[in-house]
Amino acid sequence: MRYLCLIYAEETIQEQMTPEEQGALFGAYGTFTEELEKSGSMLGGEALQPIATATTVQVRNGNTITIDGPFAETKEQLGGFYMIEAKDLDEAVAWAAKIPSAAMGSIEIRPIMEFGEGH
Amino acid sequence: MNSTPAAVEWAFREQSGKILATLIRFLGDFDKAEEALQDAMATALERWPVDGVPDNPPAWITTVARRKAIDRIRRDQLRVEKYGILGELASSNIDELDMFEEPTASALHDDRLRLIFTCCHPALSVEAQVALTLRTLGGLTVPEIARAFLLPVPTLAQRLVRAKRKIRDARIPYRVPPDHMLPQRIKAVLTVVYLIFNEGYTATSGADLVRRPLCRNAISLGRVICEIMPDEPEAIGLLALMLLHDSRRDARVGSKGELIILEDQDRERWDQAQISEGRILVKRALLMRRPGPYQIQAAITALHAEASLPAETNWLEIEGLYATLAKMNPSPVVELNRAVAAAMSRGIQQGLNLMDQISELGDYHLFHSARADLLRRSGKNSEAAIAYLRALELAENQTEVDYLRLRLREVSQAD
Repeated sequence: MRYLCLIYAEETIQEQMTPEEQGALFGAYGTFTEELEKSGSMLGGEALQPIATATTVQVRNGNTITIDGPFAETKEQLGGFYMIEAKDLDEAVAWAAKIPSAAMGSIEIRPIMEFGEGH
Repeated sequence: MNSTPAAVEWAFREQSGKILATLIRFLGDFDKAEEALQDAMATALERWPVDGVPDNPPAWITTVARRKAIDRIRRDQLRVEKYGILGELASSNIDELDMFEEPTASALHDDRLRLIFTCCHPALSVEAQVALTLRTLGGLTVPEIARAFLLPVPTLAQRLVRAKRKIRDARIPYRVPPDHMLPQRIKAVLTVVYLIFNEGYTATSGADLVRRPLCRNAISLGRVICEIMPDEPEAIGLLALMLLHDSRRDARVGSKGELIILEDQDRERWDQAQISEGRILVKRALLMRRPGPYQIQAAITALHAEASLPAETNWLEIEGLYATLAKMNPSPVVELNRAVAAAMSRGIQQGLNLMDQISELGDYHLFHSARADLLRRSGKNSEAAIAYLRALELAENQTEVDYLRLRLREVSQAD
């Protein structure tokens, strides 16, 4: 079963990190991604640019409205994601707990809706 | 079992948790399992008065429910074929069901163990865990659970539907967690059971009395858990704790529904059979040498139960147990209880001194009422009155409010 792991963390925390701390975080992500790939559970994943680069788009009455910033202002921001293959939620939780940002932010796990197979 | 409908009711109330557990494993779906069980109950009501009650009602029900489930799957499959949607999943289920032999005792045991861990999975909200556990293992109906939690039936039904959907769609596993997860997951199961017990225990009067059966239900869930996890001392500790608390059920409420504190209870009205069972269980758990918060709390409650008069209470030992509990579970409420025990064993001033060191409980009515009780005992009536007033401002439960008003009147008149 496929799960999307959404990585939420406070951007300011990362901004305030020393170069050494940032290096350690990137290193931890490298190690995690490698482990995920080796296990065959990695289906994809990316880091996102900071929330300051976000644009929200809505179409109302045929007009495209473009708004600066994210759809909802929250304390923690979406900073990246992994798409993983796991046999059940427990396995997905185990992977999510290993994502380095889980130690300071939160990981939201969303099962992927599968169309045309099973129920 | 005198009448057949009574036999049907017994079989379904007492055994539905076990049967449901087996059906859920085979059908992989809570709703399908419940439907099959309902179908089997309808058949039992029809057949048992004619054919007589079978020798082994649970086995009969399981077999019939299984057959009904197969029928349903076949019907669904026909529908699926008619509309040209994939029917493979349904047909693979049928093969598995046809090969299913009579459930053995150990298979039933394993199914229930899996079921309780699924119902108490931390990915479900605690409210949903409680409702699912009562519905599946406790065998309560949706209206019964709704009544006990003072919720409208549709709200509770919706809560169950959402939880079952999440189990299916997010694929919450139906299994016993692996060893490294087990301690945490057992803790979650015990928390749910104790929560159910406390929901019932806080109810003392009037409209609240409908919640009392929750205590009985929590105790029987506690027994099920001890049966399926016999090597888990905390499970035994929790069962003991619930039995010992519940042994005072008749003595702790007065004729007008008012709360009677431990010290003033008529100890003749304590349920001695439950007390002795609770004491035996505490000893058995402690002998396993893996102490935990439930065992310690049960041991404290057992010490209270052993005293035939309040003055005979072994407060020194109780204070020691609270100190142990504070190390395991540091909490200001535990410190408060420890201070009360110290007051009783080593003098009221000692207790008051300890209470003054607790800073986090300024908004907790029981802190002020416990402090007020100690002040009253040491004759400091005006200070006691201030503390009772503060407790009254914070208390919400009507029985507690009545108790506090009574005490406040006493100390006000004494001066």
